[in-house]
Amino acid sequence: MIIKGKAHKLGSDINTDDIISAKYLVSTDPKELGSHCMEAIKPDFVKSIQPGDIIVAGKNFGCGSSREHAPLAIKGCGIAAVIAPSFAAIFYRNAINIGLPFLELKDADKIDDGDEIEIDLSVGVIKNITKDQIYKTQAFPEFLQELVSKGGLMNYIKESHK
Amino acid sequence: MGYTLGEKILLAHTDKKSIRPGEFIEARLDLCLGNDITAPMAIEEFKKAGFTKVFDRNKVVLVPDHFTPAKDQRSANQAKVLANFASEQKLKNYFEIGCMGIEHALLPEKGLVYPGMLVIGADSHTCTYGALGCYSTGVGSTDLARAYVDGKCWFKVPENIKFIYKGKLNKWVSGKDLVLFTIGQIGVDGALYCAMEFTGPVIKKLDMDSRFAMSNMAIEAGARAGLIEPDRITLDYVKITNKKIWGAKHKAWIKLKSDPDANYAKVYEWDVTKLEPQVACPHLPSNVKPASALSDVKLDQVVIGSCTNGRISDLRVAAKILKGKKVKPGLRLIIIPATQKIYMEAIKEGLVEIFVKAGGVVSTPTCGPCLGGHCGILTDGESCLATTNRNFIGRMGSPKSFVYLSSPAVAATSAITGHITSP
Repeated sequence: MIIKGKAHKLGSDINTDDIISAKYLVSTDPKELGSHCMEAIKPDFVKSIQPGDIIVAGKNFGCGSSREHAPLAIKGCGIAAVIAPSFAAIFYRNAINIGLPFLELKDADKIDDGDEIEIDLSVGVIKNITKDQIYKTQAFPEFLQELVSKGGLMNYIKESHK
Repeated sequence: MGYTLGEKILLAHTDKKSIRPGEFIEARLDLCLGNDITAPMAIEEFKKAGFTKVFDRNKVVLVPDHFTPAKDQRSANQAKVLANFASEQKLKNYFEIGCMGIEHALLPEKGLVYPGMLVIGADSHTCTYGALGCYSTGVGSTDLARAYVDGKCWFKVPENIKFIYKGKLNKWVSGKDLVLFTIGQIGVDGALYCAMEFTGPVIKKLDMDSRFAMSNMAIEAGARAGLIEPDRITLDYVKITNKKIWGAKHKAWIKLKSDPDANYAKVYEWDVTKLEPQVACPHLPSNVKPASALSDVKLDQVVIGSCTNGRISDLRVAAKILKGKKVKPGLRLIIIPATQKIYMEAIKEGLVEIFVKAGGVVSTPTCGPCLGGHCGILTDGESCLATTNRNFIGRMGSPKSFVYLSSPAVAATSAITGHITSP
């Protein structure tokens, strides 16, 4: 799967309250959640997103609460993937479980805001078209690849309980 | 090579002969928890996938605590989803308003969690029960939906970090100060994807409420769990909360410890004899300073409560300081006993009277202001000192407000002076 879009840079330790404020957790609709994504820290964030764009953040992305509304809001506002040097553990499993692509890239700071990025998810390679650079990331462990290939956790479970 | 406490519990819940950090496992759960924010999504996923009956009606816990008593109609809808599911599935452990409490104070109090268990909760502070020597960890709604199906969850076996606390604690220094100090030292990702193990002579003497506060905030260092080996203090606690289980298992629990040759990715050792009361400043729990260095921070609100510090000993400390005193005029003091039982104890012991006479308000149990839900939302430019666990931008309301985190002792003292004050 190829993802192509513009990089939107965010800082380190972007937490789940930044991603989606608790006051909006009265909905499970990705579109509605998405319309408030990053509102508290970047009020114009949602307006600046074109479908397929990519978040490039600092370390420990998604720290804080267990709210699955966070990866849903990111997906819901049109973001196609997240790149960061590290991800918080619950966000990591939530993103896998709902099928939000994310890549761990130690050199995420080489990417600048607005760079054109192309990601080949099948091999974990990120191409920075603007800077003509290529970054290799680690492929997902086998177990997680299986989850992703089955279309997320519930599909995987459905199949195994047939 | 031996195992840590966390590894022993995980291994015991699989069919495997051995496990090692980094490995992916599927494990059998003893309990799974959801609340009014995360469970509606889990129930939706469970039903959407075509499942109709939960794996075990005794092992599914639902607690509507975040936006309840319902703060608006949409919150009421979400709480209703829980009530309906509980009734339809005949769940044994659904706690409606009137018998509820903040989930991570309620489950230990009800004897639903105890040493050696493997528990998941769709709430990041599920790590609280690590204080009982229970491997408990926060997951998402889809993980919870899956647990409803077959009572299992996937885990990546974490590395372990050992924290040894030596010395003797000063009078007003509690478990909250220890954990804030720890997060200040290692950072909000200092234990990323690891299990923290709190140990040493200081922990051995710490009461259960202080231990809960420590394990509760393991997630604020990025950890999957915050474990404390069961000891006499743990066993005395469970003897009261679940005598039946205690009777059957307490002899085994006392042996539930990390092996001497267990492997730790890191070991930290601190002498905390000189530790002062700690405060985490905006906007990260790792931005920690001694309370005494923050006397220029003026406060609009003080909140004493939450799954971190809304327990009876927290309220006792606050009452001791507030007795016969008045809250600084213009400052709002909000006190939230974490469960109905704690509320009743606070009434019987005269604590509620002390709080109200001091000019504070006492709320029914709720997560409320901690996550910016209700019962104490901040507006632009306001500062709050709270005994809660997070101080992210906008956590308690306006993105232009400021949240500081402390122990109940610092919070109560500061409510009197109107600025951050060490007791």
